[in-house]
Amino acid sequence: MKSLEELAAIREKMKQKVAIREGADDAVRIVVGMATCGISAGARPVLAAFVEGINDAGLSDKVMVTQTGCIGICQYEPVVEVFENGKDKVTYVKMTPEKAKEVIEKHIKGGKVIEEYTIGAVTK
Amino acid sequence: MIRSHILICGGTGCTSSKSMEIAAALEKEIAAQGLADEVQVVRTGCFGLCALGPIMIVYPEGSFYNMVTLDDVPEIVSEHILKGRPVERLIYKPHSAAEEAEMKEAGIKHATSLSETPFYAKQKRVALKNCGVINPENIDEYIGVGGYQALGKVLTEMTPEEVIDVVSASGLRGRGGAGFPTGRKWSLARNIVKDADQKYVCCNADEGDPGAFMDRSVLEGDPHAVIEAMAIAGYAIGATQGYVYVRAEYPIAVHRLQIAINQAREYNLLGKDIFGTGFDFDIDIRLGAGAFVCGEETALMTSIEGHRGEPRPRPPFPAEKGLFQKPSVLNNVETYANIPQIILNGPEWFASMGTEKSKGTKVFALGGKITNTGLVEVPMGTTLRTIIEEIGGGIPNGKKFKAAQTGGPSGGCIPAEHLDVPIDYDNLIGIGSMMGSGGLIVMDEDNCMVDIAKFFLEFTVDESCGKCTPCRVGTKRLLELLTKITEGKGTMEDLENMEKLCYYIKENALCGLGQTAPNPVLSTLRYFRDEYIAHIKDKTCPAGVCKKLVRYEITDACKGCTKCARNCPVGAISGKIKELHVIDQDKCIKCGVCLDNCAFKAIVKK
Repeated sequence: MKSLEELAAIREKMKQKVAIREGADDAVRIVVGMATCGISAGARPVLAAFVEGINDAGLSDKVMVTQTGCIGICQYEPVVEVFENGKDKVTYVKMTPEKAKEVIEKHIKGGKVIEEYTIGAVTK
Repeated sequence: MIRSHILICGGTGCTSSKSMEIAAALEKEIAAQGLADEVQVVRTGCFGLCALGPIMIVYPEGSFYNMVTLDDVPEIVSEHILKGRPVERLIYKPHSAAEEAEMKEAGIKHATSLSETPFYAKQKRVALKNCGVINPENIDEYIGVGGYQALGKVLTEMTPEEVIDVVSASGLRGRGGAGFPTGRKWSLARNIVKDADQKYVCCNADEGDPGAFMDRSVLEGDPHAVIEAMAIAGYAIGATQGYVYVRAEYPIAVHRLQIAINQAREYNLLGKDIFGTGFDFDIDIRLGAGAFVCGEETALMTSIEGHRGEPRPRPPFPAEKGLFQKPSVLNNVETYANIPQIILNGPEWFASMGTEKSKGTKVFALGGKITNTGLVEVPMGTTLRTIIEEIGGGIPNGKKFKAAQTGGPSGGCIPAEHLDVPIDYDNLIGIGSMMGSGGLIVMDEDNCMVDIAKFFLEFTVDESCGKCTPCRVGTKRLLELLTKITEGKGTMEDLENMEKLCYYIKENALCGLGQTAPNPVLSTLRYFRDEYIAHIKDKTCPAGVCKKLVRYEITDACKGCTKCARNCPVGAISGKIKELHVIDQDKCIKCGVCLDNCAFKAIVKK
C-alpha cells in the first residue's frame, strides 16, 4: 500500500460487507418469506436479487435484507414485506427477481410503493 | 453474493468448548445445502459473555445463540439459514428474575439481538469495539471498520508533538494497573534524551493476574488495533522498532498477532516508508515464559533483552534508559487499543466518558461467584453494583455477596458497604484496593477471606523473583503466618506482627510485585478482621472453608443406610447397617463427599 487513497479504497469495499453486522435499529427491513412454500415458489432468487440490488445501490448500511418463515399466504409466495419506521408495512406478493429490482428502484430509493405488486392489488 | 454472516467466537473460552469445530461443521453444512455463496462463517474474537459459550450471532437478524453444540448445527442451518426461522431454544434468555424484569421494562420480550441483552446494554465498548465483530485474521475487515485510518491521519496530518498533545488531552491513563498518564509517558520518552540513535515501543501483553484475560481477548479479537497504536506511539516518540511481550501460554493470541503483523507488513502498514511519508516502523513478538514478575516494566525489558526476568531499581526510568538502555515506552495492550479511536474521534470524545481523573472506559474480567462470567467494558465511574448485579447478572444460587477482589495479587477486597463507590483509579486506592489490570473476582458467603488472602500470597511467593529480601523472605513469612491462622494455631500477636510485616514489605521491596504483595492481606484485615479473629480465638472458619477448622459429624438423623461409608474415599466412616454411623476425625480428610451423598441430611459441617 502506497497511499491513503488505497486504504480508503479497501475501506469502501469492506464497509458494505461489515455493515451487515451492525444492528439495524432504524433501518429499512426487507423480509423475504423463506419457508418451504416460499422456496419452492422461487423465493431464493428473489432474496438474492434483493441482497445484490441493495448492495449495488450502496444501501447496505441502511437497508437490512432478511428472511422469515411462512407468512401464511402460501398461494401468494414468494412474499416480501418491507418495514419502514413510522410507515405501514408493505406486503409484495408473487415476487420475481425482476420485480425485486423494481421495488429497490421505485420503493426503496424512490419512496413510492408499487401498488400493483402488493397484496392489496392481488386480492381485490 | 453474501446475504448473511454467522459470527462465531474464536476466543480462548469458546475455543475450548469446541467453537472452531462448530464453525467447521457449519461451513460443511452450509456447503451441503448449497448456500456457500450466500452465507459466510466468520471466526471472531471474544464477545465477552464467556459463561454462555460457545457463542454465535447470525446477521443480519442479529440472533444471539448461546451454548451451541455440534449437534445443533444441522438445525441452525436448515431452520434459520435456509428457512429464516431462528432456533428459539438456543437464543439467549434472561436467567434471573431481575434481568427478566429489566428486559420487560425496556420493552424487550425476547432478546434476539445482542445489544438488547442486559449484559451488553449497560456496556460501552471502546477497547473491545471490534472484538466479536470482525475476523481478527483478516486485515481488510479491520480496515473496513476504520482501521489504520488513525495511523494515516497521524502520519500525514499531525506532528509527533500534536499526537502526544491529543493523547494527553484525552486523559488516557495506563490500563495495566498503575494508571500513569499515557501522554506524559510518551512525552518523557520523546523529550528526556535528546539525540538518541534508537528508541523502542513495547507492548505489555504479559497478563498475569489470576482471573484476568482482557489483554488476551483484545489480542485475539482485534490484534490490528494494537499494531496500529504501537506504530502511532513509534511516530510520537521517534522509535522505529516495537516489541510485543506476550506470554507463551496465550497460543491463540500469539498466532493471530503474528498473522496480523504479517498482513500489516504485506500492506506496508509496517515496514519502510509507511504511506510514503518516510516513517519506518516494524514490530516483533517476544514470548515470555509466564513469570508474573515479567509484567513489571524493567523485568519485562530485561527479559526481552534475553536475560533472566528480574526487575532493576528505578530511576533511571524506561523513558530514559529502557530496552537495550535506549529510551523506551511500555504500554499495556488495553491502553493501546484505545489509541486509534482517540485519534479518530478526538480527545474530547474520550474525555467525555468517565470521571474527573479517570477518563474513558475500563475492561473488567468478571470471574468467581457470578452468573455472567466474562469480559465487560464500562465507562469509568460505573459502580461495582452495576457491574455485578446488572451486567454480571448477580450471584448464582441465591447466595449473598461478600466481597469483590480487584487488581489481582496486587489489589484488595472490596466489601458490600463500598458497592456503590464509582470505580476509578483513585477511588479504588482510597478503599484499599487498586484498578490493576482489571480482574474482578466476586466472592460470596461461602468464601473465607483469610483463605483468599492466603491464596494470593501463595501466588506471590511462587512468583517472587527472589532478587530483593523483603519480597523473597517477607512474603514467605507472611504466608507462614496466614497458614498458621487458617490451621487454628494463630495468636493475636501473629496478627499484629503480620500487619507490621505487611507495611515493611510495602516500603522496602524493589518492584511493584513486592510493594503490592501485602495488599490482599491488608485489605482483608481492614474489612474482615472479625474473620481473622474467629480463626484465632474461636478456632472456627465462619465460611467453613479452612479444612483444619472444619469437622463433619453424623447426627441422630442417620438411618444407617451405609451410603456415606461406601462413598468415603479414605474409609473414615464406620457403622453397621441400620445403625448410627460415626466419622473417625483422625482419618477424615474433610472432602465433604459424605455430606453431598447423605439422603437424610444427617451429616453436618461444623
